[in-house]
This record gives sequence, structure tokens and C-alpha cells, in this order.
Amino acid sequence: MNDLFVYTLRLGDDALIAAQRTAEWIAAAPQLEEDVALGNIGLDQLGQARSLLQYAGQVEGADRSEDDLAYFRDERDFLNLQLCELPNGDFAHAMARLLYFATYQHLLYEELRGCADEMLAGVAGKAVKEVAYHVDHATQWVLRLGDGTEESHRRMQAGLDALWPYTAEMFESDDLVRRLAVAVDPSTLQAEWERRVMAVIDESTCSRPVASYQHSGGRTGRHTEHLGYLLAELQHVARSHPGATW
Amino acid sequence: MVTDTAILEAVGEVADPEVPVLTIADLGVLRGVRHEGDEVVVTITPTYSGCPAMDVIRHEVELTLNSLGVDGRVETVLSPAWTTDWMSESGKAKLVEYGIAPPTGRGAVFLSLTVRCPLCGSPDTTELSRFGSTSCKSLWRCNACREPFDHFKAL
Repeated sequence: MNDLFVYTLRLGDDALIAAQRTAEWIAAAPQLEEDVALGNIGLDQLGQARSLLQYAGQVEGADRSEDDLAYFRDERDFLNLQLCELPNGDFAHAMARLLYFATYQHLLYEELRGCADEMLAGVAGKAVKEVAYHVDHATQWVLRLGDGTEESHRRMQAGLDALWPYTAEMFESDDLVRRLAVAVDPSTLQAEWERRVMAVIDESTCSRPVASYQHSGGRTGRHTEHLGYLLAELQHVARSHPGATW
Repeated sequence: MVTDTAILEAVGEVADPEVPVLTIADLGVLRGVRHEGDEVVVTITPTYSGCPAMDVIRHEVELTLNSLGVDGRVETVLSPAWTTDWMSESGKAKLVEYGIAPPTGRGAVFLSLTVRCPLCGSPDTTELSRFGSTSCKSLWRCNACREPFDHFKAL
């Protein structure tokens, strides 16, 4: 397969699956303002996913649209990070994931907007400013919950700890990213990511998470059991009524 | 033959469905017009990647081209990325009149600049939520007149 296609698909799948999980919060967040905030954040992620999947379809040259790629691929064809597909858990889990993922996306897009591929650079240049708001939003909540009541601190710590074993996957390098000139080698982002995330965790009075094991596999289509259920919901209407328009 | 200026003027009048007081020319969403053979291509750019208004805007621009008798299509471009600097001064004035505080400077996105209440003009206001009724707005409250209002975020 074409390297650029696979690379664009990875970025697009991250954004799509993250958008789906974020959207699950709408009408379930702890306050109305948060429903609105997470709705907007999910919409930004979905917008990035649409641009990326549309471009992936063009690059592939097999006449697949953004919808074909989103709705008519199976679990093993998705190349997103496992971090994005995990169930939401409580609100502290959601904010831990947003802090980890948005900080990663911000660093990635900052690099990618200067790449030689005009389309990827364009998407990244647009998205980097949106993601800056996501990082800020997550940061404010991690600080508020971590440095809040005994219960909110306990939950924030639990969220940070539970998702930590899924963070190393973001920075895995492989032959594809080393071969593809326009790709950002994610391993180059890890030190700065840790510095930024740890600064927030320290300030939140939570302790730095540690993990004896790090999960991996999303980039080659190996996923947790949760992705199948997510896709069932995401793809159901399109597959039951193929070609439907409204 | 319809001139490019006439095309830009006509499609520039298409209103933003979410902030109908603004046209896509005011917003800076309308980027330009070019020719590919006999076809006219109008380029537009989204304010935010996921802005759901883009589909409606694209459709309205197509309808406007049709009404001019122009054979054309609409293309979405992402680069250079839209910023609030693309919004015209008259657009900002229309926003205030409509009850939305216009964007204040750009660059230092998270620097808290004073946002003036668009209803009573007081600078004594509080941000309630960085995310508002649409992607491009945040939610504020005026401490003087106590009214909540939307603020078009700097981007």
C-alpha cells in the first residue's frame, strides 16, 4: 500500500475515533457548558477527520470517499491509536484522555504544518489552532479536579493512571514514518510531550503515573475489544441503508 | 459574460447560516474566484475544520452562481488557514449590533483581553465557557447588566 495513504489514514482514524468518543459525552456531561464544550471539541476532531479521510481517498486513487473510509472498513482496517477507542469512563478519564491526546496532536500538527505535502500542511495548519483550545480545556479541568476535593482528586488520579499504559503507542516509530519524507516521526515528540503533560500533572497535585506495561498495535490494526462496539454504532445506519442520502 | 467582480459581489452576499447578520465576504470565508477553462471556481475556507455551516454556504454559493447564469463550482481550501483577521471591520461592527462581541486581537489566544459587553458596553465581563453556541464563539456574562452574551473567539 501507498505510504502516504496509510499515514494519512492513521491521522484521520485517530481524529475520527476520538470524535466519536467525544460526541458520546453530549447530553451526558456534568454541566450544560461542558456538553457544549465537548460538542465543539468533537466537531473540531470530526472536521479534521473529514479532511484527512477525504485526502486519504484521493491519495489511494481507488475512488473511495471519506464516507466509504469511515463507514465501510472493518475493525482490522482502522489504524487509530488504542487510546482513542477506549470507553469514556467517568469525566476525569475523559479529561485525562483529552490532555494526553490533544497535547500529542498539538505537537504533531505543529511539525506537520511545515511539511512538503501541501494538503497535510493545510489540515495541520488549520487544526493546530483548534487543538490548542482542546489542550487548554483539558488542562483547566485536570488542575481543577486534581487540586479539588478528595473525591475529585482520587478520580483524576485514577483517570491519569488508567490511560497512561496507552500513551507510549503515540510515539512509536516504524519503517513507514522513517521512509515517508513528509511524515513526522512521532518518537521525536515524546520528550516535549512528557514535559508538558507532567507539568500539568504536577501542578494538579496528582502523582506522575507509572506503568509496567504499555499497550500497542493500533497502527497495524490490532485493537481492543471496544473498537468493534464503537464501529457498530458509528457504521450501523450507513451499512443498513447503503447509499442513503438525506 | 459576468465579470469576476460581479461574481464576487453576488456570492459575497451569501449569509452565514449561524450568524446571519454576517455575509461570507464580511467573515473572510470567501477567498476568491478563478477560471478553469469555461468553468468558474469559487473558493471558500472554513472558520473551523468541522464548521457545519460550510455545506449550507457551499450550496448557497452554487445557487447564486446558477442565478447569475454562471457555470461554476465551489472549492474548499484550507490554506492559508482562516483567522479572525480575515473578518472585515464592517463585519465586526455588525456583530456588535447583533449582540455578539467581536474578536479582540489574535496571537495570544489565551491572554485575557477585556471583552466589552455588546449590549451595555461595560468592560466588566466574565468568561463562562471557552466554547459557545457554535465552534467560533465563547460564552460570556456581563457583570454590569448581568446579560449573557456570545463572543466571537480570536483564532
